[in-house]
Amino acid sequence: MSWLARILNVVRPATLDRRLNAELSFHIEERTDELVAAGMPEPEARHEALRRFGGYTLQKERTQDMNISRALEAFLADLRYGLRQLRLAPGFTAVAVLSLGLGIGANTAIFQLIDALRLRALPVREPSRLISVDTIPPFHTSGWYMARNRAFTFAQFQQISQRQQAFEGIMAFGTDRFNLARGGESRYAEGLYVTANYFDVLGVTPLLGRTFTPEEGGRDCATPTAVISYSFWQREFGGVASVLDRTISLNGQTFHIVGVTPPSFFGVEPARRFDVAMPLCGDTAIASEKTRIRLDRKDAWWLTPIARLKPGWTLERASAHLTEISPAVFANSVSESWRPETVKNYLTNKVRAISASAGVSRLRADYENPLWILLATTALVLLIACANLANLLLARASVRQREIAVRQAIGASRRRVVGQLLAESLLLAAFGAALGALLSQFLSRALVTFIDNGAGRLHLSLGVDWHVFWFTAGLALLTCLIFGLAPAIGASRTDAVTAMRAGRGAAASSERGHLRRLLVVSQIALSLVLLVGALLFGRSLYNILQTQSGMNTEGVLIAGIDASVRTIPPERRQAVYDQLIERIQSQPGVVSVAAVMLHPFSGAGWNQDVQANTGPNAKKVISWMNAIGPGYFKTMDTRMLAGRDFTPADDTKAPLVSIVNESFARQIMDGGNPVGRTFRVQQRPGTPDRIYQIVGLVADTSYYTLRDDKPPIAYFPLRQEQDGVPDSVSIMVRTNGPFADVMALVRRHMTEIHPQLLVDFRFLSREVQSTMLRERLMANLSGGFGVLAILLSALGLYGVMSYAVARRRSEIGVRVAMGASARDILALVFKEASLLVAIGLGLGLAASYGVSRFAESLLFGLKPNDAFTLGAACALLAAIAFFATLVPARRALQMDPAVALREE
Amino acid sequence: MAKPKNDILQGTLTLLVLQVLQARGPLHGYALCSHIQSISADLLRVEEGSLYPALHRMEQEGWLNSTWNVTEKGRTAKFYGVTPRGAAQLDLERESWLRLTRGVSRVLRYS
Repeated sequence: MSWLARILNVVRPATLDRRLNAELSFHIEERTDELVAAGMPEPEARHEALRRFGGYTLQKERTQDMNISRALEAFLADLRYGLRQLRLAPGFTAVAVLSLGLGIGANTAIFQLIDALRLRALPVREPSRLISVDTIPPFHTSGWYMARNRAFTFAQFQQISQRQQAFEGIMAFGTDRFNLARGGESRYAEGLYVTANYFDVLGVTPLLGRTFTPEEGGRDCATPTAVISYSFWQREFGGVASVLDRTISLNGQTFHIVGVTPPSFFGVEPARRFDVAMPLCGDTAIASEKTRIRLDRKDAWWLTPIARLKPGWTLERASAHLTEISPAVFANSVSESWRPETVKNYLTNKVRAISASAGVSRLRADYENPLWILLATTALVLLIACANLANLLLARASVRQREIAVRQAIGASRRRVVGQLLAESLLLAAFGAALGALLSQFLSRALVTFIDNGAGRLHLSLGVDWHVFWFTAGLALLTCLIFGLAPAIGASRTDAVTAMRAGRGAAASSERGHLRRLLVVSQIALSLVLLVGALLFGRSLYNILQTQSGMNTEGVLIAGIDASVRTIPPERRQAVYDQLIERIQSQPGVVSVAAVMLHPFSGAGWNQDVQANTGPNAKKVISWMNAIGPGYFKTMDTRMLAGRDFTPADDTKAPLVSIVNESFARQIMDGGNPVGRTFRVQQRPGTPDRIYQIVGLVADTSYYTLRDDKPPIAYFPLRQEQDGVPDSVSIMVRTNGPFADVMALVRRHMTEIHPQLLVDFRFLSREVQSTMLRERLMANLSGGFGVLAILLSALGLYGVMSYAVARRRSEIGVRVAMGASARDILALVFKEASLLVAIGLGLGLAASYGVSRFAESLLFGLKPNDAFTLGAACALLAAIAFFATLVPARRALQMDPAVALREE
Repeated sequence: MAKPKNDILQGTLTLLVLQVLQARGPLHGYALCSHIQSISADLLRVEEGSLYPALHRMEQEGWLNSTWNVTEKGRTAKFYGVTPRGAAQLDLERESWLRLTRGVSRVLRYS
């Protein structure tokens, strides 16, 4: 306790003082009383008492020292003094705190995202023992994919769980969106299909009710059940306990709610929040057609396994074990729909284990690399800001040289002087970190909003945890040392005699000048690296934006229509779509309307092997496919190059027809006009190929993203779809009027046509944007940081050159007096500046050359060491450096030689 | 003018304070001072003020505890008492003092 009391006494000196006085004066009073009793007169007695006491003040101070932590007291005094110094220079303080705050804030914000995505352990029992199953490339797959994460088939999962010995338990989950609405505009809940042991493997106990039992692990549900999350319970049911008696409609099916999970549990995907979890049999209950039951299909990739290691098993051992059992797993999970060559490749597949302590996330693969690059970028910006601060502090130190000299002359040790100056830096760093912590809260949320692109489906918990706290505090301390230590040590080295005699500090300034030049050189070098990065990312985005998508994405509304309810029989679907399209078409302002199975940039795709119908030796090529209604190309503004569009007459009774794009004509039909020729589409084993006649040729268009090369695409009429007209289509509406009018119209007509139809609206332009979010994020942020870096460096160069000009004032004065021309003086100033800039640019080029390859995977249409980019960055930086030097140079010119000389 | 050199040896003060407080129970600084002087028949003279830094140091060490009480004369004074750790320290100090004096007296007697 005593050290605590000693520290407390530092901050409450008055209390300590009062107590000491009470104790010591009691002694004096007693002694005086005794002496008086012995016959001494009062004043003399008091004097004698004090004499015997041996110096009241001295004894009191010695006693006080016993009660106080001296080092801490000195430190607090330094802080108080530092605070006063900062208050005396509000301009300097504001600039310092603001630049540090921006730097630390940007760093913390990006670190928060990395932390939330990558580092934070799942809030479940012993998360470090959790692993996930990963594929070892090359991994051959074929079939139907419906998952955000690395997914496997149910057959593979069963094989792994039967054959493995490494895990206490292994579960799997699939992700989906469930529609809560029974008609009208869709309203979605984030859903999970889980194995019955999902919650047990994770060690999550329900807040209310129960989780799933082994009996619910079968293919069919006796009664469909669901467990809901805490937030969904609050949102949809107001948090009432009677929720356990309630049911919920998911994709039109009724599920009984049996449990609620604790508030901390959000699933195993850090960026997502699940609302509803149902056993795997829920998929069977929801499936609109028998062929879509994924538990029966060995080619449906939809389940992500998570397992808990047995005690004594390490990740490495479990990984080796999984690889070892891989041949047996894949040999026993072959789908009957695959052709022999597919099976041969499939059997060579292998899997391994990766840690899942922080959960699994697709976002991680997409954004981890960019985020680390951004963190490096913000770290460089902070470094440049630190260099600027060091520069400012050095300038302040030369102003305070005399003060420091005097302090040293009257006995302050060097350690005390350094400590004093560091205390000031520490205060700046602390204020900067506080401001940064505040800013980062806004910045990180803005970043998440940006990545989410307005979908509102991304939930990263960005709270400040210990990782983030230590990161920010460490950053503050580090910056304080970086920008504060060198100036402090430099200042304390001042030769007291010289400093006090000269007053101008000629002795120490040359050394300090070197340090400042070094700082400017490194600032320019770092800025060049950032500028190169910004230009690379900016040009990548520009290149992507310049890419022709082959369609006009502006002004197109996408109405996703879901007609999967049982009350609409499959044969009625086409009539429903036609009716809706007809009514939208009649709306004023609407240019064109068409239905499509998979709208562009939706992220969904479909491909099959095709070959020209010229004989068995025609080469097989994988082509992308889509099913469309009449008027699709007109609606999308895609050029029709030859032949005709589909018509309502291209139905099941008519011959099979197709429209292909240029790539298809080139790669599969060996060039030329393909209209009138035929090609084959391979089917599953035992089913004969389907043969299509080409009736039209269209321009190439993008399929998944703008980044990909234009793939071969074959379009088929929706009415000729093999499995019948699909249960959901996207209706593309090109309109000159406001989207809201069309949306209102669609909502109204839908309920008239069928009350259980569901609709979900999107905008094509936003869908395109969301495929290049990463590029936009990198270009915007690195561009912003690049500008900030250049400004800071220009400020640094300006400061150093102003200082150089001021220091050489008398020299310049003499030169002017001796007849030097304006040209000579300018040359003098620019020679020094251009040397600094040239060295900085040289170092920066070398550094850019070294680090830019890390960004290679994020670039589009240019190489990391693009000569034009490097040249442009150098030129831009040199131009800005020129302007930063111009002001001090003009000042040198305008100097009156008489004044300069008189000062000497 | 040569003063008699009977200032208390540095370090011995701890022993005396602990011994007196152990024997007499809690006392304030003034009483402690008077006791040491009267028991030692004025042979040992404490520079009265230097008692207090020592008391505070011993309190920080955890050998003494203190309470504020009102004396018979109605004044408020700080009373010190020996803690269990202080009692243990007293044993150590007494032991080392006896060793020292035995050693010194043997040298005085036999050399």
